Amino acid sequence: MALRLVFLGRLEDIAGCGDREVPLADSIDAVFDALEPELAAALRADRVKLAVNGVLLRDRDAPILRDGDELAFLPPVSGGAP
Amino acid sequence: MTVADVRLLTSPFDPADELAGFAASHPAAGGIVSFTGQVRCDAEAGGVEALELRHYDPLTLPGMGALAESVLGRWDLEGLLIVHRSGILFPGDPIVLVAAAARHRRDAFAATDFAMDHLKSESWFWKREKSGGSWRWIEPRSEDFEDIRRWQ
Repeated sequence: MALRLVFLGRLEDIAGCGDREVPLADSIDAVFDALEPELAAALRADRVKLAVNGVLLRDRDAPILRDGDELAFLPPVSGGAP
Repeated sequence: MTVADVRLLTSPFDPADELAGFAASHPAAGGIVSFTGQVRCDAEAGGVEALELRHYDPLTLPGMGALAESVLGRWDLEGLLIVHRSGILFPGDPIVLVAAAARHRRDAFAATDFAMDHLKSESWFWKREKSGGSWRWIEPRSEDFEDIRRWQ
């Protein structure tokens, strides 16, 4: 029973990898609590959006997590081109 | 009904070839406006050695498609082309090509401008630059949000 976490942009550097598997947890807070504190803080930031199985959540209103779900953490996108 | 050609590429493309094909596909258009974004060769900026664009498959291309639909809903176009790179790019490489074909030029100019502003500030790409041998993530710029407010 596992969840797949995907870290986009600079979150990858904080996590030390682009994605990882973690044990299935009851809530998103329980997922955060099981991570390194620095990574958990970065993922909890207001500007980081969450997509579950490719669907962007409007807010973090307690998604129901199921075995095999993919949770992608999306920091603000970078413009930067001309 | 106008259908947009929207692509996310992980290998290099030739904007001139793309534009030639796009023009040939839309003979009813009186004008085509295009924008090409490329990796700068900017010695003053510390000499960027490479640029990497990352995307997230479940969101990035669907988001580009939704943007194309909103452009087509807003302006009267004969055709719309959006090509965006992902992966590692080098100075001079094309990053993005947007082209709009319309019967009247103002629609084509505005649609291209709108598409670029929204691609830059809202599409799901994360960029990092390599300079001096090390990679650095590019943070959002406030100008990108100001650009998008022009359309609200």
